[in-house]
Amino acid sequence: MQADIAVRSVLVDVLGLDAERVAAFDADTELFGAIPELDSMAVAGLLTELEDRLEIEIDDDDVDAEIFETFGNLVAFAEAKQG
Amino acid sequence: MPGALRHLFYKIDGLAEQLLVIGDGSPRILFVPPLFDEMNRMRRTLVLAMHALAQRDIASALMDLPGCNESLAGLETQSLTHWRDAVAAAAAVAEPDCLASLRGGCLIDNGVDAAHRWRLAPAKGSSLLKTLLRTRIAGEREDGRTVTAAQLIEQSRLVPIELAGNWLGAQMVAELHDALPAALPAREVKPGTGPSTITGSALWLRAEPGEDAAMAKAIASDIAELMA
Repeated sequence: MQADIAVRSVLVDVLGLDAERVAAFDADTELFGAIPELDSMAVAGLLTELEDRLEIEIDDDDVDAEIFETFGNLVAFAEAKQG
Repeated sequence: MPGALRHLFYKIDGLAEQLLVIGDGSPRILFVPPLFDEMNRMRRTLVLAMHALAQRDIASALMDLPGCNESLAGLETQSLTHWRDAVAAAAAVAEPDCLASLRGGCLIDNGVDAAHRWRLAPAKGSSLLKTLLRTRIAGEREDGRTVTAAQLIEQSRLVPIELAGNWLGAQMVAELHDALPAALPAREVKPGTGPSTITGSALWLRAEPGEDAAMAKAIASDIAELMA
């Protein structure tokens, strides 16, 4: 699965965001701080779902706040894990 | 009104554990719930699904796992093996035609024979454990402390650890780490679109899931179709 598609579907499923709204996200769309549903607890479920849907492994040591700053950053992080 | 609530009980470890029954007559379906937080997040929609089944004259039962919901047992002494025994004990009381398991419930539904099996979005034990560990780690970080998953797992070998409000003992942590849903013939669905899906969304992932009446109806009609 493409990282872009997986990240969008996980944002919809984990945060309960409207699918049309998430479909309109671009690389510069701000996430952490801009979307109240995205808190540190939601991040836990979000990472695990990304792992399962993209069949990747995420080392928590690699996860920093920057990854969740924008939609583009999160997709780039997932793509990098896909190798 | 069809679908009045009543309670049956099953016994395990000398304690009576609750079976919530909705619908007239003997329950024909036993629901094996999701595990930990996911149970709380799904419960309202699951109960709505049971009401929808009752309207089709199908009574169903939702079991408490020992250590969860109304249970008086301690969670820290539970394990997946023990919960599998609990499902068998509940099934001996309910004598269901259909075992319907959700998410982590699919890890413990294989100790019982049933004419029909229905599964919603089976979860790997390792995925459930990882999310619990990450939630704890995130909480620690907010309080300015650093702890790793490896440290928590190491600690769990000696004493029960608290993950997202759940006290888990050594056996539970170890079994979750390796558990996969048993390969069984079952109707397996997930929410979404496409083949083998039902209307709805992954409510078990939501911080504030509320309830989803359309999904409840979809669960009821999919199970009813399987049993027809």
